[in-house]
Amino acid sequence: MLKIDIQKAMLSAEGKTNLEVCSEIQDNELLCLFGHSGAGKTTLLRILAGLTKPDKGRIVFNDTVWFDSEKKINLPPQERNVGYMFQDYALFPNMTVEKNISFAQKEKNKNEVDKLLELFDLEILKNQHPEKLSGGQKQRVALARALAAKPNVLLLDEPLSALDFDMRLALQHEIRKAHDLLNTLTVMVSHDLQEVFHLASSVIMLKNGTVINRGAPAEIFSENTYCFQQRVCYQFNQ
Amino acid sequence: MLDQDFINTLLLTGKLAGWTTFILFIVGFPMAYVLAYKRFWFKPIVEALISMPLVLPPTVLGFYMLIAYSPQNAFGRFLEQHFNTRLAFSFEGVLIASVIFSLPFMIQPLQNGLTSIPKSYRETAYTLGKSEFTTFIRVLVPNMIPSIITAAAMTFAHCIGEFGVVIMVGGNMPGETRVASIAIYDEVQAMNYHTANQYSFVLFIISLLILTLIYSINGKKKIFL
Repeated sequence: MLKIDIQKAMLSAEGKTNLEVCSEIQDNELLCLFGHSGAGKTTLLRILAGLTKPDKGRIVFNDTVWFDSEKKINLPPQERNVGYMFQDYALFPNMTVEKNISFAQKEKNKNEVDKLLELFDLEILKNQHPEKLSGGQKQRVALARALAAKPNVLLLDEPLSALDFDMRLALQHEIRKAHDLLNTLTVMVSHDLQEVFHLASSVIMLKNGTVINRGAPAEIFSENTYCFQQRVCYQFNQ
Repeated sequence: MLDQDFINTLLLTGKLAGWTTFILFIVGFPMAYVLAYKRFWFKPIVEALISMPLVLPPTVLGFYMLIAYSPQNAFGRFLEQHFNTRLAFSFEGVLIASVIFSLPFMIQPLQNGLTSIPKSYRETAYTLGKSEFTTFIRVLVPNMIPSIITAAAMTFAHCIGEFGVVIMVGGNMPGETRVASIAIYDEVQAMNYHTANQYSFVLFIISLLILTLIYSINGKKKIFL
């Protein structure tokens, strides 16, 4: 279980805001962070990964304290064992697909690399460098790489935002596969309602740094809610 | 035929440029890393000091190096008392001055190379459990090869053409401090235009080759910059 109780001052397009999140995420949960740009979704994800330091609070994963401002504990990303997938996928250009995946392993195991290549349908591309891959292929490599490290927590920052609609649909399946493979706690940032309904077991809705709703997608986006209507209109216009 | 003095002078020039490039590569990479990724309040002063040789007349640095090397001052006295060495008008003295004077030519391309690598590469490596050192060796260095070649080649080429610092600190001692650029000046003074032309032609060709190498590599590998 991941317990989060943090505060962090942020500078968004609308000026200074304060990110305040107090929540618990269960093991095996696939949680979606949902909200407008600048709401603090990516900042929260980075805080969980140890890439951004909160101003104060506490983060505890199972029995391990990741961050405690009072006790001055702040575990670096290397010691949190999280898999973080960036929007740009951040595949290393100097490594082939296979090397990108094996680099992530803590102990080298070629069989596991082969399994991941097979699982994400990457065998034929294993000797290619990232610059030769399409957006969808890059996303699959980035997922496979994140899983190769056998993370305790999988953090996905808008994993499908750079892809077209058809590709999004196809790759939602891959994310589900990644989550189910390790049965790991997954936190994902998304703007896309369809994506949230398809993937998330629960949703945290953020607005200007504050959690305004938390629950299952069906509860949060009930057809009567103003928020749901706004979202549908927005995405229809898109 | 080329005489022995001519060959020795060119070898000495290559030796000075080679050692300067090697030393700066070892010293410059950590400095470039700190300047590219770390924040500290006096960073602008450090960056300004490193860039000073770009705007400062070489004779200014040469003058201060001579003062520092003098046994009448602390640094020179320390070297004389503990190592029985005087750096003025010696190859080692010229080498130290050359390293300082070529700092920006090594550090700036390396710093630019490091900052042009997306931050997400480093952060991904960290979340995968890799240390800063492993990330540097396995992720950063391989993705900035053109910048490394540019830094090394620019430093080497700049050293070959160095004149002011060498003549101030090293003078014109054959086999010790008389590098090609000094020899050209010396030969012209003695009206040996043929020998001056030979030196000049060699320096011209070497510099042209090095710059062509830099431009061709950077043209091909732009994707990594």
